Amino acid sequence: MNAPTQTPKGDLRWVAIDIWTIARRNLLTLIRIPISLVFAIVQPVMFVLLFRYVFGGAIHIAHGQYVNFLIPGILVQTTIFGAVGTAIGLAEDLQRGLIERFRALPMARTAVLGGRTVADLARNILVLVVITVVGFAVGFRPHGGVGPYLEASLLMLYFAYALSWGFAFVGLAAPNSETAQAMTFPIIFPITFASSIFVQVQSMPWWLQDFARNQPVSQAANAVRGLMLGTPTGNSVWLTLIWGTGALLVLAPLATMRYRRAA
Amino acid sequence: MRALDDVSLHVARGEVFGLLGPNGSGKTTMVRILSTILAPDSGSAIVNGFDVVRQADAVRRSIGLAGQYATVDENLTGFENLRMIGRLNHLDRATVRRRANELLEQFGLADAATRNVKTYSGGMRRRLDLAAALVATPPLLFLDEPTTGLDPQSRQDLWAIIEQLVEDGTTVLLTTQYLEEADRLAKQLVVLDHGHIIAQGTSRELKTRLGATVLELTFESTDGAARGAEILRAVAGNAMNIEGTVVEYTVDGGPAAAADALRRLDAANIALAGLVLREPSLDDVFLSLTGHRAEDEVVKPAPVTRSVRR
Repeated sequence: MNAPTQTPKGDLRWVAIDIWTIARRNLLTLIRIPISLVFAIVQPVMFVLLFRYVFGGAIHIAHGQYVNFLIPGILVQTTIFGAVGTAIGLAEDLQRGLIERFRALPMARTAVLGGRTVADLARNILVLVVITVVGFAVGFRPHGGVGPYLEASLLMLYFAYALSWGFAFVGLAAPNSETAQAMTFPIIFPITFASSIFVQVQSMPWWLQDFARNQPVSQAANAVRGLMLGTPTGNSVWLTLIWGTGALLVLAPLATMRYRRAA
Repeated sequence: MRALDDVSLHVARGEVFGLLGPNGSGKTTMVRILSTILAPDSGSAIVNGFDVVRQADAVRRSIGLAGQYATVDENLTGFENLRMIGRLNHLDRATVRRRANELLEQFGLADAATRNVKTYSGGMRRRLDLAAALVATPPLLFLDEPTTGLDPQSRQDLWAIIEQLVEDGTTVLLTTQYLEEADRLAKQLVVLDHGHIIAQGTSRELKTRLGATVLELTFESTDGAARGAEILRAVAGNAMNIEGTVVEYTVDGGPAAAADALRRLDAANIALAGLVLREPSLDDVFLSLTGHRAEDEVVKPAPVTRSVRR
């Protein structure tokens, strides 16, 4: 009987391979169930149409057109909402016993979460492209230039990726995927709606303004909007990077710890 | 609550060791600890010479785990499942491909290799699950209730596969609720109840203690059953079970014992509605060993995983 090929512990190459193996599995799932991808796209498209044509007329913006204010916000919201999929996917894996099987394998401990978040990042990129196209179709005309537009895209993907580790934690803590989804709403609704994503913070009651103005999602929305439209970004780009990095440094170890205990 | 208490066992290389017990007896907890999925609160275990807590990674490299819930990814094909598990076992690409194809062929899944597992039958899923546990050719295999919920034919197929593996030198730790399965596959057995070992030995030893056959008599009335039991107690020995109109007890010589019972009941003029001779079940083992039925103990699902924390 031949012994299994052994690898030295902590070999970074194998950590990367493990993450890729899991990410590939999740991407294959995405392709096999195209309906889930369709819904990942339909929902933000609905948000675009809803705010562009239903609420848009009632929302007043100090400068410029609402559609130009809206689309960068929707893009940020969409990438953050992508993390709900992270939570649901992990809760499903846990429920079906796959995590159990992974835990009995000599693979890197971070790979199940790393592979999941990386695959969800890839899905986010696709959704981002689609919503950008839809945005242009409904009249979005940014004047910041292509370079800053790409910078803005990378910035929001990074920010959303960092947050997705927090949702990985939620997914592992939930008893099943339905509950995981329900658990994400009380987190995701306040941070995306009580923010500068859809409206200017000045329009909110005073007690909400302080939170809405300073919370990280607003910083991300301001940074992305400023870069795309070519308007001043102030400190928002740096603050978004700092918030994102801080979130990653706290949430990734937290989720990994939870993974080690999950059963 | 303790899921496992004072359980000590030694599995010899190359044999099939059976853990027999009802739901909640601690079998699965045992497998989870030995396969490093759970860390024990106290106590120790050595698997293939490695400590399950301090050398968990070395243990993981030397074991395969196939579970009762057939943990394969149903959105991937059979081949993709094996490729994923093979890569996560850190085998190189060529070895993974070779092993995956070998195993798919060996387990009769070659035709279904490129189909999504979603389309597989229950028996096919179990075989794929077992194949996944074997991709890295581990010397030790954990099988946690491998045939629970399978139809008789799939069960026979899986047993044949497991027997072949053992013949080829794999050591197997098997958990099961079925005495028949333990009897067919395992040389050595322990019977678990509430996390305690209540019996151990070879399957033959256990059966000898128990009696080889169960005689099940159905009377026409509960009154008749009570009177019949009275008469038969002289030959029934220690464990006679009376439930409504049914009286059952284990016997050694099946037909002779049945004829004897009929003669005695006939002499007392007590009529029978039915008579069955059958193989003893796990339930009978429990009744004989503990004086209580296995089912009585699983009214609520035992929180076995909660008590063992990392």
